[in-house]
Order: sequence, then structure tokens, then C-alpha cells
Amino acid sequence: MKTLILFAHPALHKSRVNKHIIEGLPALECVTFRDLYEEYPEFDIDVKCEQEMVEQHDIIIFQFPLFWYSTPALLKEWQDLVLEHGWAFGSSGNALKDKLFMCSITAGGPRKAYTEKDFHQHTLNQLLSPLRQTATLCKMIPLPPFVVFGAHGIQLPDITEHKSELLRLLESFRTGSFDPDRALEHEYMNDYVAQLKKS
Amino acid sequence: MEGGFLYQAFVYLAAAVVAVPVAKKVGLGSVLGYLIAGILIGPFVFEFIGEEGQDVMHFAEFGVVMMLFLVGLELQPSILWKLRVPILGLGGVQVLATAVVIGGITLLATSLNWQTSLAIGLSLALSSTAIVLQTLNEKGQLKSEAGQNAFSVLLMQDIAVIPILAVFPLLATNEAGTDDGHASHTIIEGLPIAAQTAIIIGVIVAIILAGRYLLSHVFRLIAATQLRELFTAAALLLVIGVTLLMTMVGLSPALGTFLAGVVLAQSEYRHELETDIEPFKGLLLGLFFIAVGASIDFNLIVQKSLLITYIVLGLILVKFLILATIGRVFGMKTDSNLLFSFGLAQGGEFAFVLFSFALQNGVMTSETTNPIIAAVAVSMALTPLLMLLNEKLIQPNFGTKESVEREADAIDETNEVIIAGFGRYGSVIGRFLQANGKSATYLDIDPNNVDLLRKYGFRVFYGDASRVDLLHAAGAHEAKLLIVSVDNTEKSVEIVANAKKHFPHLKVIVRTKTWADYYEMLEEDLEGVYREFSDGALRMGAQALSVLGLRKYRIQRSLKKFRKHDEKLLAELAESRHEQRNLINRAKRGIEEIELMIKDDLVSEASDKDLGWDTDTIKREFAPMFKEYEEGGNLRSESE
Repeated sequence: MKTLILFAHPALHKSRVNKHIIEGLPALECVTFRDLYEEYPEFDIDVKCEQEMVEQHDIIIFQFPLFWYSTPALLKEWQDLVLEHGWAFGSSGNALKDKLFMCSITAGGPRKAYTEKDFHQHTLNQLLSPLRQTATLCKMIPLPPFVVFGAHGIQLPDITEHKSELLRLLESFRTGSFDPDRALEHEYMNDYVAQLKKS
Repeated sequence: MEGGFLYQAFVYLAAAVVAVPVAKKVGLGSVLGYLIAGILIGPFVFEFIGEEGQDVMHFAEFGVVMMLFLVGLELQPSILWKLRVPILGLGGVQVLATAVVIGGITLLATSLNWQTSLAIGLSLALSSTAIVLQTLNEKGQLKSEAGQNAFSVLLMQDIAVIPILAVFPLLATNEAGTDDGHASHTIIEGLPIAAQTAIIIGVIVAIILAGRYLLSHVFRLIAATQLRELFTAAALLLVIGVTLLMTMVGLSPALGTFLAGVVLAQSEYRHELETDIEPFKGLLLGLFFIAVGASIDFNLIVQKSLLITYIVLGLILVKFLILATIGRVFGMKTDSNLLFSFGLAQGGEFAFVLFSFALQNGVMTSETTNPIIAAVAVSMALTPLLMLLNEKLIQPNFGTKESVEREADAIDETNEVIIAGFGRYGSVIGRFLQANGKSATYLDIDPNNVDLLRKYGFRVFYGDASRVDLLHAAGAHEAKLLIVSVDNTEKSVEIVANAKKHFPHLKVIVRTKTWADYYEMLEEDLEGVYREFSDGALRMGAQALSVLGLRKYRIQRSLKKFRKHDEKLLAELAESRHEQRNLINRAKRGIEEIELMIKDDLVSEASDKDLGWDTDTIKREFAPMFKEYEEGGNLRSESE
């Protein structure tokens, strides 16, 4: 299966974690990596080109730093413009039907901060519900998010660990060994990948 | 009083210059001003001019011909086609009905025979193109419903003159007069009807073909000489040539030039032709109105005051009633109909021609024609007054206001935007506007450029946009925005100055070249002032940064910030330059300013760091929390 990674980071020169995470992704087999802020620095998204790109892939991944519980502006613009009625959703909008959708996120705070009783007062999955519902409305299968928590304080060994998990996940997509049903049992994709390692 | 040409010219011009502004000031309009001027200098008041007024009138009728040419220029053939119903219907019915009714009344009320009565009816059915169009134009009503319909009727009347002239000899009951009328000398007279018809059709086709395929090339060659007066000469030559040609084959010159105008309405030289002919038309028409005023025979009016009063009132009343009835039948709103009916309810200059023709052909005698001619002149002089009366008294009380939609419906192809200078620079702007569904009127001074762009379907007109009259012809009085993208700095300064002076409502965006121009334009308080190269230079700088490995979005933000900062700095420098003007020599200033800007760049917001995306301060503040979590347990999966 072929994977499309839509990467959005407006200030990569200030980034530590994302810089590391995306390094080498463009070279992977069966992965198309699109750096949206580099592609469309003036927000001049080419809708037709983006739609064709999406149509050629089976798995769509949004890779982004979590800004104010949402995507960076350009990735939001991408959704607004590319996910057209009649193409992405509605009675005749079947272009995305049965594709897998996943968010791969770096979040500043630690995992524990994302609970109902803690700092952010919501779980990350609650906060991501707009994106999940968007995928559902577009007839895609939303997978649990892959998250690098604690990005503000994380050290290089941990980043590397996350990176290798992500690579393992992408490899399972490529080979077809990925099991969506089992993945859906987990709150975060990280946990599914950790299981893969065990088994 | 005796006097040569210069003396006469002085009298006419002085009368116009004195009377017209006064008439306009008191709200009477220029036509009435000219008429009053004519009466004043005529043989019955100050006697500055005598009987030669008649000759002047014949000469000045040429102004009417020019006016029809200009009207034609404003009418695309497609618009003319749309007017076919009012022209044939409204116009045809008006001419026939008026001729029959006036002829009938004449027959019943006088001892004249039916032939003479019919001739009078036909002559009086025609209205005054000159007075009506000029007055409507001055009131800005020419493109309204009433204006369009009035125009249609007048056009039909112009056409009707041809058969009327043909019918007159058949109505002759008296001995024919001396045969020296100017309308009866045509080169095709002796030919059989079929040949005449063929020649007439041939001439019309020739005018259309020449206008379509030949004249553009001729005008381009002339424009390429860059001699303005030569273009004016060519424009005049065209109008006079068509006039002569039409006279030769016995058609109305006004009709011929109108046709030429319509054919040229799509030409890129339309605005230039309009601009060149306009002043001649204005002067000649003015002269014509003065001559009409001067020719009113007050002696006769005093002698036969009762008869002439009856004729004038009867003429106006009958024509008004017929017009109003037809207007209603053709579905005009009351407001439009009132304007339309009052406007056309007079005798016209064609009546003078037709009566003198009738005299020559023995259709009437001078005892019959003289009082009627006097009455026609009076009715013409009364028209502006009647229209004023309608506007000020009748319409406000009895009319219904035309709805707003109707106004917008008026035939008007003026664009909201005028682009002066349609070369490499302006064409980018034009194409961009076009791509967004906003068409503009383009003006360019380079005939070759105009020609090339026309090939690709742009509506580009040849002309010098620094001329106020050309700006006006391009619709500057109705447009919203003027974009000055000409290459020549002096020209653009001139264009901006003219636009601000004569069209103060017009927003202006201007292209500048040097910093000096830029500063100068900044002080003009315009909608926008652009340095032609700054954006290109910035974009090149942006690509340089991208090649050097900077992220494109970061560059974009930086570019925009830099541009803002740069413009702000320039505006500040523009303000301060007055104090420094004498201190620093101009050539040196440029370098000093660049230095100043570079210094400012180092400390200004142009190098702002987009702190919203900076996590350093967040990390510092929340570090204890991260630590706590890390100590309290696993940063990662709990289920592991």
C-alpha cells in the first residue's frame, strides 16, 4: 500500500523534534512526502494537484506539530480547499472512500497532561475529534494518532526511539502487514506499534 | 455692420463666450444660451450680423453631421441592432402619424390644397436633431430610455428625409422655382431608378467595408507619424469626405457619417476620433444655434403675431400629443415619456431645407413658407425652455421616478477601470483584472502596441492619456479607478495631475520609476503608489534565500515584512526630504538613503523573529511541570 505524508510546519528552522522525525521520510519506498509550507509558501494550494496526489495513495498521514489543539494554518487551509464536496464527501464524493487516515503529531506537553483531570482537561483524542470526524465524513477509516508527547522537553534518544516506531509503522503499511482492526483497539498508534515489536 | 471673416468670427465667438456661461449659470443650458446669443447679435436687436446669418446656418449644419458621426462612434453595431424596434416602430409611426395629422389639420383649417398640406405635414413631422441631442447630452440623458428612444426617432427622421425629398416634386402644384437648390444636384440624377439604387447601395457598402478593413490601417499609419494635427486632419477629412460622397448620391450626409461612425465604433481609434472631432462639432453646433437665433424674423413675427402663435402652439401641441401617445403604446414610463415627448415636440432644421426645396419645386409659395419657417425657428428656441419646464415643474409633480434597475439598464459600455499605458507593465495588470472578470478601458500611445494587443482581443485604444478630453472620452467621469502604468515619468505626472483636477472622484494608482517620482506621488495622496521594480527585486532576493536553503514560508513572511518596513521608511524619508532638500545634493541623496535604510533594517521589525512559533519561553516556564511528570512516572505509554 502507498502512503502519502502531508507535512506542515511553518517554522521548521525552530523545530527540533519534527526536523528529526521527517528526516529521511522522502526517500522511503512507497511513501510520498509533501512538505506543504515549502510547496505553498504563499498558501496558493493547487487543489487539483493535491486531489490527484491523494487519489494515488491508500493511506493519508497528516504530520504536524499540535498548535492550539489543531493543525498549523496551511494544513487547515489544505482541508478547506482540497476536501471538496462531490469529491471528498457527499453522495458522489467517494475519492477517499476506505482509505486509511492518521495524524502523526508532536505535542509540547507530556502524555499525562492530556487527560480530563489534568492540564489540558481533555484527552488528545477528544481534542482531535474534528479531524477524526472530517475523515469519517470523507468515508475514510480514521486510525488512532501517532503522537510524540513532551516535545518541549524531549531528549534525542527518545526522539530517535519515536522515529524508529514511526518507520516500523510505515513499513507495515508498505508490506500490508498492518492490521487496522487491531490498531483501532488502541488509544494511540504508538501502543499498537509497541505491541508489534513484542510479538 | 461691415466686416471681414475675423470680425464675424469675433462677433460669434464673443456672443457665445458671453451668453453661454450666463445661460448655464442660470440653469438654461448651453443650447438656449447660443440661441439667445444669436437673437442678441441678430438683425433685430444689436444688428451685429445681418442676413448673412442664413449662410452661416448652412455652413454650421455641418455641426449636425459631425454630431451624428460622434453618436455613431458611441454605438456598436450590436447596440444599433437592438434599437431596431424603436427606430422602425417608434420612429416610423411618429413620422407618418405626425405628417398625416398636421397635413389634415392644415387642409381643414386653411385654404391650402391637399398636396401643399401633405408637404407641410411631412416637413413639420421632423424634429431638431441638433437641439434634442445636444440638450439630452448636456443633461446626461442620452443613454437613458427617453434618450435612446428620442435618438431612435431622430435617426428614423433622418432616413425619412430621403423619400420625402423624392416625393416633393410629385406634390408640385405651382410653377417650379429656379432650380438651384443644393439638394437637387446629384451626379446620379439622370440615371434610371435601378441604377440609382445600385449606386446608393454600392456607396453604403463601400463606406462599411472601408470603415471595417481599410481605415484602421490608414489611421495607424497616420498615428505612427506622431503628429497630432495630422490625425485631426484625417478625422476631419473622413467626415467631410463622407459628407461629399453622400451629397453626390443624394443621401443625407448626417446619415452617412452616422453610418461611418457606427462602423468605426469598434475601431481602436474610436476614442481618438471622438476627441478630435468633438471640439469642431461643439463649435459648429454652437454656431448653428446662434444662426438659428439670428434668423428668427421678428419683423414677420410682429406682423403676423397671431398666425405664428397659432402655428407654434399647434405644432408643439400636436407633436407632443402624438409623441406621448406613441410613447405610451411602446410602453415607456411616464417620466421617460414626458422627457421624450417634450424633447421632440418642435420643428427641425430639416424643415428649413425641405421648405426651400418645396419652394424650388413649386410645392408651396413663400407666403405659405415664411410664417411656418419663423414658427419652426421659434419652436426650436422654445424646446430647451419646454424641457426645462418639464424637468422643474411637470416631472416632479406628475412623473413617476424611474426605478433604479432601469437606470442600470441604460446602454453604457464604460468600464470601472481605465488603464493608461498598456505595454509590458500595464498589460500584466490588465490581464490580471480580466482574469478576475473585471474588464478595463485601455489607453496606449504606441499604435503598434495597440494593434498587437487588439489581435489578442484586448480593447485597447490609441491615444495620449494625459489629455483631459481623451480621459473623458474613455469614461473617466464615470469610472472608479485610473491605473497609470505608462513608462514615461513626465506623462504619468501629467496624467495624475489632470485626473485629480478634472475627475476628483477618480481613485488613482500609479507606477513610478525613480525615488524622486515616488516621493512626489506619495504627496499627491493617491490610492496607491508603486515603484516598478521593488517587487521584482524582492522576489529575486526571496529566491536567493531559498537557494541558500531557507524555508520558503519563512522567506515569504520575511519578504512581506520587509516590504512593509521599506515602504514605511520611504514614506518617512519623503516627509523629511523637504527639510533636507537644500542640504544634500540630489545624486548623493540616493546613496545616503540606502545607507540609512540598511542601518534601520538591522534594528527594525523587518527582522522580527515570529515569536509565536518560538518555544523557548514556553519551555522555560513549563520546565518544572515537565520535570514533575517525568519524575512521577513514565512519559510514554502507561499500558506498556
